[in-house]
Amino acid sequence: MSPSPEAIAVAAILFGIIAAYALFGGADLGGGIWDLLAGSAERGAAPRDLIDEAITPVWEANHVWLVFILVVLGTAFPPAFAAIMTALFVPLSLSLLGIVLRGVGFAFRHTAQRLRMRQLTGALFAASSLITPFFLGTAVGAVATGQVPVHPSGNVLAAWTSPTAVLTGFLFVAACAYVSAVFLIPEARQRGHQDLMRYFVLRATAAGILTGVLAGGTLAELSVSAPRLFSRLMSSALPLVAISVAAGIAVLVMLWLRWYYSVGLRVAAAVAVTAVVWGWGLAQYPYLFPTSLSLAAGSAPAGSLVAELVVAGLAVLLVAPGFALLYVLQQRRMLTAAESDADLRLAAQPGPAVSGQPALGRPGAPAAAPVAVRMTTALVLAILAIRAIRDVFSPPGGR
Amino acid sequence: MGAVTHVLAVNPIPARSQMGSSLGFHIILACFGIAFAAVTMTAEWIGIKRGDAAALLLARRWSKVMAVLVAVGAVSGTVLSYEMGLLWPGLMGRFGAAVDLPFSVEGIFFFLEAIFVGVYLYGWQRLSPWAHWWSGMPIVVSGLLGALSVVAANSWMNSPAGYTLRHGKITSIDPVSVFFNASTPYETAHMVLAAYMVTGFLVAGVYAVGLLRGRRDRYHRLGFAVPFTIAGMAAPLQVMMGDIIARFIAHNQPVKFAAMEYVSATTRDAPEWLGGIFINGHVYLGAAIPAFDSILVGFSPHTRVIGWDSVPPAQRPPLVTLIHLSFDLMVGLGFFLFALAAWQAWWWWFRRRLLMTAWFLVPAALSGVAAVAAMEAGWIVTEVGRQPWIVYRVLLVSNAVTPATGVTVTLGAILALYAILTVVSIGVPMIMSRRWRQGTPAEEAAEKVPYGPPQATPGPAARPLAPPAGRPEAR
Ligand code: HDD
Ligand code: HEM
Ligand code: HEM
Repeated sequence: MSPSPEAIAVAAILFGIIAAYALFGGADLGGGIWDLLAGSAERGAAPRDLIDEAITPVWEANHVWLVFILVVLGTAFPPAFAAIMTALFVPLSLSLLGIVLRGVGFAFRHTAQRLRMRQLTGALFAASSLITPFFLGTAVGAVATGQVPVHPSGNVLAAWTSPTAVLTGFLFVAACAYVSAVFLIPEARQRGHQDLMRYFVLRATAAGILTGVLAGGTLAELSVSAPRLFSRLMSSALPLVAISVAAGIAVLVMLWLRWYYSVGLRVAAAVAVTAVVWGWGLAQYPYLFPTSLSLAAGSAPAGSLVAELVVAGLAVLLVAPGFALLYVLQQRRMLTAAESDADLRLAAQPGPAVSGQPALGRPGAPAAAPVAVRMTTALVLAILAIRAIRDVFSPPGGR
Repeated sequence: MGAVTHVLAVNPIPARSQMGSSLGFHIILACFGIAFAAVTMTAEWIGIKRGDAAALLLARRWSKVMAVLVAVGAVSGTVLSYEMGLLWPGLMGRFGAAVDLPFSVEGIFFFLEAIFVGVYLYGWQRLSPWAHWWSGMPIVVSGLLGALSVVAANSWMNSPAGYTLRHGKITSIDPVSVFFNASTPYETAHMVLAAYMVTGFLVAGVYAVGLLRGRRDRYHRLGFAVPFTIAGMAAPLQVMMGDIIARFIAHNQPVKFAAMEYVSATTRDAPEWLGGIFINGHVYLGAAIPAFDSILVGFSPHTRVIGWDSVPPAQRPPLVTLIHLSFDLMVGLGFFLFALAAWQAWWWWFRRRLLMTAWFLVPAALSGVAAVAAMEAGWIVTEVGRQPWIVYRVLLVSNAVTPATGVTVTLGAILALYAILTVVSIGVPMIMSRRWRQGTPAEEAAEKVPYGPPQATPGPAARPLAPPAGRPEAR
């Protein structure tokens, strides 16, 4: 049984939405990662401000892509959705935890005035930006390697703790950091911060190389753990993989040549991400779970699929002009929230020192503990958490 | 440890508690998502039309509170999207093609809402007054259509339609009948009215406290009158709508209705119980109005009302006392809020004045809490009354719950997180309001909000921020 054209169309749209989330949501999450790594309060103030300014207006809209992924998957491919949600209960719950904590940190860090509170909420925001992409990555790794059973009888720990899945988790974190740094370069440039531009060029290069290495490692791992996926990636999906690699290299070259033109850089990074997501989709075809659940067997009746196509059409018709309007208004600087008075007033109150630059210096840059302390604490907590999770969630009888 | 968690997980109680508490939390923020823009825009309209500085200041402050609540709404809503799958894979795997469909329609409205909230919140200074006002309109419309879409998913669980089932698998779907099932119009109308009541009465309540404390300036009076009027207009419609729904439920989901009204056996001349606890076939501590239930259902004491004895015990809802008392609470609070609104309306009609007596202001200050309680009670009637079915007469909750272990852990985490989110959504507006009161009105415009576009470079510091009186064209 071959999949219906509607099913293929909806699957293609779904991967498009995943790419959009990887790109826009990924850039937001990556911002949190750079916030985490920005160092002490004084040293990190400037990059943290830039990250904050860049993420704040788009955070919510970018987040809707994730909601769209869930509802389209649930409507169009219900058995796959149910199986993923059951087998990967743990990593998905943890990614959700990251999302909620991130929202809390975000909402509070802008209103909190006391230093302690700012540190706490800033740390919350930054740490949760690591949790979410990592666990979403392990979930994707589990699906792509065909480790999710079609009828799971409970959590499947082995699916997302396999080397491939964990590697994918790290790959996602690195990719988020990379996309984010690339997007932050033009942001710094537009605001005329030469030093910040160089700061993020350095980091984009490092993260780009790390992402490339991790991608290579994941691919090598796939050749052993998921030979079918690997061979498809190297055959029918090869053009997309090649485009992605080329675009990734193009970004690095542009950085090296100091071509910091906003459009070229962003487009290349977008192409790199989109091509690899579609490549993944193509490599899986015609399976939702290679090789146990086919697209044909896992898709909803035609009525639902057509409804999804209509929704996608309506979304383009209604949402695209909305975004265009938002963009135009923003470009014409019609959307502003002047803060100068507040800065003056807040500066008079006890709290973290207002940094020296009045133009940028939010009184609110969350002060941070030295990076080494943060990282060590995060690592120790992560290890403890993983152990606790294993103990609590391991199914009866052990696995 | 493993065995214990396994037992706990297969039992749907933790999952049901988690779903219920997440929804019960989200729905309050959703009310603001649906109705707050309309309340704010009414104040802005008065401000522009009459050149009323107090009204404009109110609108600007409310829009900043809106930013916080929208953010928490988005986070808590995402939790729900996950939970539909994490907790109920048996529902999503079998019926996702139907029940998730309205949610994907809602995706469109989420996007529209997020976009125009951005324009409305940050367009205050540079857009012309009417352009700014109109930029709020899409939020109102997408709030209504968004409510329609989500509630359609719940309605479908109550009145499943638009699908064919063969060997336990859905083989075809009619999206239009899924979306517009028998319950959709009733539930949507009732929910939208509830959203306007919750938002209006809660906001009015804040200013009622101010009035009680002796702040009787125009700012506080308007801050009370605008939302109270909107909610007050919804109140009588809501009582009417509730009465219509109750009759619809009596026909469409008779067992739920029996639980709401303590009808244990099918009968004519069914009494209407007010209050009361149902134990072993008896109602204690309640007052019965003879035959009144039959009259309400069919306008005649001889109307036959179906009792829960019409289905085997395993298919009857548990906790009939909870369902009945929740229903009574909702109806009682509905009449209370109606009466409160009518009192003020009477006064306004004949005296053209706001009531300033504590006899009115104290209940008015509590009206928001009452509206929230009525709404939560209403949802308990709907959701617990549907038990043991997750899809009415089609799928049992116990067949839908996840077999994954660890729901008790996530339940605990969710409860803790919602405690934090509650602190955020009450605490942040409170902090803002305290700072507003400390500063002069000009400083208010510079208050921070959690989500905003890049800040304007602090150009001429003295640029008048939305000059009061009539806002001469900004450019
Ligand atoms: C401000 C809130 C509020 C107020 C004052 C009322 N309701 Fe209500 N009611 C709701 C808020 C609500 C709700 C939370 O919005 C529900 C839950 C599901 C729904 O569609 O609406 C609901 C459900 C609900 C149901 C169950 C519907 C179902 O299971 O599908 C009935 C029978 C009523 N209501 C009846 C009434 C009556 C007779 C009221 C009169 C006085 C009343 N409601 C006032
Ligand atoms: C419109 C969207 C809604 C949807 C799709 C929805 C869906 C569900 C689902 C799938 C369940 C679990 C299965 C079951 O126990 O029957 C449930 C239970 C529940 N929901 Fe809703 N619900 C919605 C709105 C609400 C709201 C706003 C509340 C507010 C209080 C609420 C309160 C509850 C409660 C208390 C339960 C547990 C019932 C029990 O176990 O006895 N629901 N809902
Ligand atoms: C009667 C029940 C519900 C109503 C009336 C409702 C309505 C709304 C509204 C108006 C918003 C926008 C919130 C805001 O901007 O402040 C919202 C957000 C959201 N809701 Fe609900 N909702 C309900 C139940 C649910 C359920 C059951 C789910 C999922 C299963 C859900 C998922 C979401 C999501 C994901 C968001 C955030 C979207 C974003 O990122 O902007 N809601 N809801």
